[in-house]
Order: sequence, then structure tokens, then C-alpha cells
Amino acid sequence: MTGTLTTTQMIFGRLTWDSFPWHEPIVVATFCAVVLGGAAVVGALTYFRLWGYLWKEWFTSVDHKKIGIMYMVLGLIMFLRGFADAIMMRLQQAWAFNGSEGYLNAHHYDQVFTAHGVIMIFFVAMPFITGLMNYIVPLQIGARDVSFPFLNNFSFWMTTGGAVLVMCSLFLGEFAQTGWLAYPPLSGIDYSPATGVDYYIWALQVAGVGTTLSGINLIATIVKMRAPGMSLMKMPVFTWTSLCANVLIVASFPILTATLVLLSLDRYVGTNFFTNDFGGNPMMYVNLIWIWGHPEVYILILPLFGVFSEVVSTFCSKRLFGYTSMVYATCTIMVLSYLVWLHHFFTMGSGASVNSFFGITTMIISIPTGAKLFNWLFTMYRGRIRFELPMMWAVAFMLTFTVGGMTGVLLAVPPADFVLHNSLFLIAHFHNVIIGGVLFGLFAAINYWWPKAFGFRLNQFWGKVSFWCWNIGFWLAFGPLYVLGLMGVTRRMRVFDDPSLQIWFVIAAIGAAIIAAGIGAMLIQFAWSIWKRKELAVEGDPWDGRTLEWATSSPPPEYNFAFTPVVHDADSWADMKKHGYQRPVTGFKAIHMPSSTGTGVILAALSTLCGFALIWYIWWLAGLGFIGIVAVAIAHTFNYKRDFYIPVEEVTRTEEERTRILAAGV
Amino acid sequence: MSSATANAPAEPRAYHLPEEPHLHEGHSTMLGFWMYLMSDCLIFAILFATYAVLGGSYAGGPGPKDLFDLNLIALNTAMLLFSSITYGFAMLAMEKNRISATQGWLFVTLLFGGAFLFIELYEFSHLIHEGAGPTRSAFLSSFFTLVGTHGLHVTFGSIWLVTLMVQVAKKGLIPANKRRLMCLSMFWHFLDVIWIGVFTFVYLMGVLR
Repeated sequence: MTGTLTTTQMIFGRLTWDSFPWHEPIVVATFCAVVLGGAAVVGALTYFRLWGYLWKEWFTSVDHKKIGIMYMVLGLIMFLRGFADAIMMRLQQAWAFNGSEGYLNAHHYDQVFTAHGVIMIFFVAMPFITGLMNYIVPLQIGARDVSFPFLNNFSFWMTTGGAVLVMCSLFLGEFAQTGWLAYPPLSGIDYSPATGVDYYIWALQVAGVGTTLSGINLIATIVKMRAPGMSLMKMPVFTWTSLCANVLIVASFPILTATLVLLSLDRYVGTNFFTNDFGGNPMMYVNLIWIWGHPEVYILILPLFGVFSEVVSTFCSKRLFGYTSMVYATCTIMVLSYLVWLHHFFTMGSGASVNSFFGITTMIISIPTGAKLFNWLFTMYRGRIRFELPMMWAVAFMLTFTVGGMTGVLLAVPPADFVLHNSLFLIAHFHNVIIGGVLFGLFAAINYWWPKAFGFRLNQFWGKVSFWCWNIGFWLAFGPLYVLGLMGVTRRMRVFDDPSLQIWFVIAAIGAAIIAAGIGAMLIQFAWSIWKRKELAVEGDPWDGRTLEWATSSPPPEYNFAFTPVVHDADSWADMKKHGYQRPVTGFKAIHMPSSTGTGVILAALSTLCGFALIWYIWWLAGLGFIGIVAVAIAHTFNYKRDFYIPVEEVTRTEEERTRILAAGV
Repeated sequence: MSSATANAPAEPRAYHLPEEPHLHEGHSTMLGFWMYLMSDCLIFAILFATYAVLGGSYAGGPGPKDLFDLNLIALNTAMLLFSSITYGFAMLAMEKNRISATQGWLFVTLLFGGAFLFIELYEFSHLIHEGAGPTRSAFLSSFFTLVGTHGLHVTFGSIWLVTLMVQVAKKGLIPANKRRLMCLSMFWHFLDVIWIGVFTFVYLMGVLR
């Protein structure tokens, strides 16, 4: 790019003092808050001497339960960041009327909407569902851990590394201003010469490695490690939907990886894949990214369909209606999700026949999804419904998601899409399915499995406050966007000319504020419940559960089950209870487990460093980081001793403790 | 499900195993590695698709007919195919627990792999010298990326091969090492299959174009 390099440029690449956004007061204030907060956390951890504990018991742990919880914590932290972006946009759009520029300049605003999308999909929804699958799947299939425990730890830290890079971009340089999928030629080097798109690329590449490996890991776990007797059609529905979601991960994330590699070659080497000249074709990027992008949508929602199946069946105290059709519907959605990608850009102009094909396949997807909805409704029909928090979220999901699904079918009609493409109607539609489906599902899951993970329930009052705030806030925030979209307002606008639109944006902003209250109530719910955990304590099976994870104690011991369970029915724990299963209290054996390792943390840290160096053109550091990755990976393979036995005394002690608690409880 | 209920005996069912089931070490490795290979295969699928779309976009620059030297490519292909055969011999020797024969064949494989990489690098540098580098046109961008990605895979396979030779020398043909050799074997043959695709679709059909 430049003729001669100075020594400073050799050492620091394009990183200079001016890379810090001094001139953006909002960012500087955020930075100060983060530094102070971070210092407080680090200080507290040091003061209470928790570093050693965290390193030994959590960071280097290969226990799928601890990794699952760490994923959930990562998702929650990034959720707060992503939501901060959302509320900034709502405020800007409600403000910037009648000649006002609002409070965000274009450079900042464009980064905010890009970061919001990227964070919410890659660093909120993905960690949340991966964490959930990680925690629940091995328990549901009666396994002691996943197939590749070390890879599991490594995957988590790679995801975290990606999140770290995105957070870095807030304070060093800038994030992409391209929208969450970074379409070229805008994302090419000519139009985005700064660090933004490079942060985007390397954050997603580092996290993508983690996602792909965890997908492989969970498929192998489900295929190879099910308890004896658990044939495929006796797997819990959540395990089934997780299996399908992970197949989608393995079959789609490599596409994202390859596509981003091509984009980075265009940016770093000067190739001509997606350029306007020398034969490049930007629309190829759009095709490729959506061949990944559409399955990604189903990666997010399928596991939550599983959650709703578990929740509805548990809180109606009956077997899920249409288990087999549920499984087939999931598999059908899995396959069909690859045949619809073009509906994201009907306006590309592929012609009537191509657009019709993709429009029709899109509409067909609503059939298996509808079948699922009827299955949940028929499960509820004549069930004894207990309206606990998870069940409330499930009902809210059914109402909200159905509306989102119907607007999706509207968008699937190509002529209608030509009008609604890139409008706020689209924004309202996908928030309707992602919030109403994925987030509501996660809230159901958190409320449902929290007692499993921690041994106490979540507070009901604050949970209900949060529930109603979210539901009312959601419709207030996104109802107006449907209206605005039908009036032709496009997405990603920073200022508006037509003053008659303002009222709708003000309503949407109020909705976002109510959602903020819902998030606040949820944080209070967590804090309050942790504070009052003695009063909220439960034994193994607080909801009268039906699947295997409830057969062991809550929280489960490190080894999950003292004896490997044998399965006779899809609702195996319900079946065990019906047959008067007695928990064994003697005859324990030593248990074979994988040992902890710090290699995953080191490899991910080196990868993140390498990504950072590439973003800032610090070539020597990138090279060094890469050599480091290869060296550590090779060194790791020289360690052949990766397992240990939990001695029989320890198993006996743990189990006798539980026997004592059970006896005291009755 | 109905058959299970019908066959259910009156006596209480067994709901757990009294003994730890013996899951042998690395029980999922082959399956996991297969899935990794298939995900890698998808990366190549995208690169092939990209080449199919952009392979005719010469941007006024040279095309395959002007650039490809089929004799050189035939030689190169022979190197890679021979390396697959010799890897196969290494695996046969491994099955018979003959350490030195295994190591010998692995070393021969490494030589063939190295020769392949050397010829490929020669070809690349030759093209770049002629002004047909990856930035010249979309055709050359996709050509260099597809063939180069395959070459990178062979490079990492070679590093892995050396690592395994050291490990076999240190620990012998223990089950863990056999499993690793088996994984690399799948990887190596997989790269061969990819190369057949490259040879056919890029070079042979390119010259016909």
C-alpha cells in the first residue's frame, strides 16, 4: 500500500495513537466505564484469590457442563453489548427528524448497526445455543462427557477469542460499516480501507473454527455415546433437534469460512473475486454467504424447537404429541434449509423461474414448521398445564413466532419481496422470529434448566416481570416497524425527512425501553435467586421431568451418572419413575474421565493474537502467532496421557451425600 | 415403541448397567475425523464452484491454454498419486506391526509429497513471472486459490507426517499412533481425490476450453 515502511510501521503495522477514537465522546466514555468495570472485576478476583480457582476449575476444564455454563455467560455478556447497540439505534432513529442529525454521526451509526447484527447472531445466539446443547445433550443421552472433551474446551475459547476481537474494535480502530454480512464491493479494500471489515473477517474466522469443531463434536457425541437402549427414535426431541442443528453447522460453516477467505484474499492480496473489475463478481459473494446464512437461521431455531418440545411435554405432564412427526419435521427443515437461500435477494434479478423455485421452497418450509406447532398445541390439549415460567415463554413463543412465520411467508412471494426488500418490514419479520423464537426459547430453557445446573429455582416474581416487559416491549418495538416497512421505509437509515414517520419511531423506542426493563428484571431475577438460593433449593427433579437429565442430581456430579443408565422409552425418566425405579446406593465403581488441559486456552489466545496482528498489518506478530499455534498444537499431540479415574471412594462419598440429602428431604 | 411395550416383562426392568461399559479410547475419532474431512470437502466445493463461475473471466489476460503445461502437471499428478500408493504400503506395514517398514514407506511418501509441492511452487513462480499472478484476473484468482489451498493442505499433511514419524519412533506402533496414522491416511487420500478433481476440471478441461 505504501512505498517505504518506517520502523514504527514495521513494528506496529497501521496501529497508531490515532487508532483510538479520541474524537468520539460516546466511545471514550464507554471505554472509561469498561476500564473501570474491568479493573474492579480483576481487582476483586485478585483480592479474593480466585484466579487459580477459575483457571483450574473452569478455564481449563473439559467438563461439558462447565463449558456449557461458560458459553452461557459469554452469550449473556455479549447480549448486553448487542442490546446497547440496539437501544442506541432506536434512540437515534426516534431523534433524527425535522433537520436534527440525532446524536450519532454516520461513521459511528453504521458501525453500530453492523456490530448489533454480528454480535447478536455470532456472539449471543450461537454461544447460547452451543452452551445449551453442550450442557444438556450429554445428560439427555446418559453420557459422561462429549466425544472430544479437549476440542470442546478449545471451541469455547475460539468463540470467546472472536468475541474479544469484536470488542477490541470498539476501542481500537473501527468496526465494519457494511451491515452484518459485509457485502462487497462495499466491504472491498477500495470502499472500506480501514480496519473495520478486517475485524469482522478475523472475528468470524476465529469463532467459526470453534463453531465447526463443536458441531463435529456434538454429532459424534450423539451418534456414538448414547446410553444403551437409546435407539435414534428413543432420543429426546431436544437431542434430535441438536443433532440436526449440528449437522447444519458442519455442513454450512465451512462455506462461511471459504467465503470469508476469498473476501480476505481480495482485501489482503488484491485478488479479484468480488471486485467490480478484472472479471470479479460481487453477486457471487451474496450467493455464497447466504448458502451459509440461511441454514444458519435454522441452526439457531432448531435447538429451541427442541426446548419447546421438552417444556410443553413436561409442563403438560404428558408424552409429546406426534414424536415421530416432530423428528421428521425437524429433518425436513434441515434439508429444506439449503434450498431457499436465494429468497434473501430476489431483487438480484435471476428471472421469474429461479425466483419462483426459491419462493416455493420457502413456502414449503412453513409446512413442517406448522406441523410442529400443531404438535405442541395437541400436546397441550387436555394436558394438565402448569403455567410455570418455561411454559409461559413457550406459549408466548407460539403466538409471537406464528406471526413472524406468516410475515415470512408474505416475504417469500417474489413480487411482494420486490416491494418489501431491505425495508423495515423485513427487519420486523426477522426480529419477530429470532426474538420470538430463539430468545424466548432461550429464556424458556434458562428457566427450565437453571435448577438442573445450579440446584435452585429462579425467582418467579422477577421472571414474570421480565416476561411481560419482553412481550409488551417486543410488540411496541417491532409493530411500528411492520407499519413503517409497508410504507416503504428502508433499513439502516440514520436521519429522516418525513416528520409524519417520527411517531412510529418514538413508539418503537418506547418498546425498546420496555425490553430494557425486561432485561433488567431478568438480571435482578438471576441475582435475587442466587442470593436466596438456600430458599429456592431443589432436589434432582423439580418439574417432574421426563427425560434422562432429571434422573441424576441437580447440579449433576462431575461424572453425570454413577451408573450408565439403560433406556427403554423416549421419555426415559418418566418411564423409570412409572416403573418404580430405585436409585442404586451401593456397588459404585471407579469412573473413567478426561483430564483438564490449558492447551485450548493457549491455542485460542494465539489465534486471537494472530487475528489481531493481521487486522493491523503487524506481519511479524501474525507470523509468530501462527508458528506458535502450529507448535503448541504439535506439542499437544505428544501428550498421550489425557484421562484419569475418579476413585471409587470419591464416587461413593458423592453418592452417599446425595442419599443423605434425599432422605432428609422426604 | 409398541413392540417394546408388548415385550416388556413383568419383572422390573434394568435401568442401569452394573459395570462401567468399556468405551475404548478414541472410540469416536474416526467418525469425527470423517466429519472434519467432509467439512473440508465443502471448502473445496466452494472453491471449485468459484472456479466454475469465474474460470472464464480472463479480463483480457491469458487463459488456461496459454498458461498450463500439461506435461508438468502430469508429472506432478504422478508424484501425488505415487505418494498415495506408498502411504498405502505404510499402512499395510503398520497392520503387520513392522515399525521400520512403516517409517520407511512414510518417508518415501514424504519425498513424493515434497516433490509435488516443489513442482507446484515452480509452476506458480513461473506463472507469476509471466505476469499471470493471482491479481491479474478473476480466472487466475480462483485458479491460484483452488490449487494453492490444495497445496497448503499437502504442506500441513507433510508437517503432520513428520510429527507422526517422530511419534512412532518414540512410542512405537501403539493404538493411539495407529489411530493417528489412520487419520492422516484418510487425509492424504482425500487430498488425492481433490487433486483428481483439480486435474480434471482445472487443467484438462481448461486446456480444452
